[in-house]
Amino acid sequence: MKEIWITLATVIVAPLVGGVVTGIDRKITARMQNRFGPPILQPFYDLFKLFSKETIVVSNTQILYAFLFLVFNIVAVVMFVLKMDLLLILFILAFATTALILGAMATNSPYSRIGAHRELISVLAYEPVLIAMTVAIYFVTGSFNIEDILKHNSFLILDLPFIFIAFSYVLTIKLRKSPFDLSTSHHGHQELVKGITTEFAGPVLGLIELGHWYELVLLLLFVWLFFAKNIFVAIAAILICYFLEIVIDNISARLTWKIMLQLTWSVAFGFALVNLIWVYIKYRLL
Amino acid sequence: MLFRKTLKKSPWIVHYDCNSCNGCDIEILATLTPVYDVERFGIINVGNPKHADILVVSGSVNHRNARVLKTIYDQMPHPKAVVAIGACACSGGIFKECYNTLGGADTVIPVDVYVPGCAPRPEAIMEGILKAAQLLEEKKKNIKKGEILNVAKS
Ligand code: SF4
Repeated sequence: MKEIWITLATVIVAPLVGGVVTGIDRKITARMQNRFGPPILQPFYDLFKLFSKETIVVSNTQILYAFLFLVFNIVAVVMFVLKMDLLLILFILAFATTALILGAMATNSPYSRIGAHRELISVLAYEPVLIAMTVAIYFVTGSFNIEDILKHNSFLILDLPFIFIAFSYVLTIKLRKSPFDLSTSHHGHQELVKGITTEFAGPVLGLIELGHWYELVLLLLFVWLFFAKNIFVAIAAILICYFLEIVIDNISARLTWKIMLQLTWSVAFGFALVNLIWVYIKYRLL
Repeated sequence: MLFRKTLKKSPWIVHYDCNSCNGCDIEILATLTPVYDVERFGIINVGNPKHADILVVSGSVNHRNARVLKTIYDQMPHPKAVVAIGACACSGGIFKECYNTLGGADTVIPVDVYVPGCAPRPEAIMEGILKAAQLLEEKKKNIKKGEILNVAKS
């Protein structure tokens, strides 16, 4: 019974948090560019507007895929809040991205297809780091279960500082912020028209937007996992981490997918690997 | 209710330059710069007709671009509005008498808001877009009633 209430609360609260965070993001971005910026609730206005528009789809399967993207994201967030298996959450997150890619590939538009290809490449870039993160957490705590991970008697970050750096690195890709906003971007500036979401319009685009908010909450929860011992430290860490993402978003231009792949696989995955070996020696061999 | 009138709070625009001398275009682009900060009204320049609510047209329509303009308009989901920027898009302007020119944007698609001037100031363009955003609410109501409204207002 308790689980059902938690699930319901998560499904309702998560998009509210995601929307407000997006709104604050847009406001801070505007202030950094010396503008006044939209109201904090602007993402909600956008979403409700999208839902009140006409549905235009090229192929009907698109609606299904957009819906699946949303559902998989919701399931992932709910599983995290219910403290279930971390590895499974990662897989479901990958399913969500796959649904989006399939949705974009269901049309013949070259923009949406190139966007889908770029999204695939970003999956290729960030997925090894996420898997390395999970494995490292397993080495430290001896479990994939978030319930057991939270029982760990110190901050996870103390054992996994480099993993955290690698994770913040792929967070930029996952949040689709500059310099890695290759497949689509959350701001007005874009190339490839609008990348992976080019062929989605009206309510279907709204579903994807909503899915992104759940995804955002899940990613912030991942940050929380590293600082879970103390709630205030965790909130401070999330705020600092997200603020840094906004700063990086504003000071950098878009890079090509080749540089993204090289950088993530050498720098980010390198960091993750060093940390992985370190915790392996510390917890498994000694 | 807080979220009932959201259409006018988040007008996303797509911009098409029909045959403009570039005067109106740079004014439109100036409107979109941080100086005027149109994002505070929720306006975003999306560059994709499928995401757009308002089509901003500049320049006069001729035989070659009439088809393109029509296609962009048709790809936008309802409710949608059109803003004609500058004398050329309103009536054909100084190109009106040319043998290859059809006239203003309203010869091809229904125009909702005319912003006169050669070239209009960014403030006027902003006002025109916001006026069109108000019209979206009205159109939404009419779509619910089963008719699609093509009111032309200046
Ligand atoms: S209205 Fe004037 S500035 Fe605008 S396109 Fe026509 S001639 Fe150029």
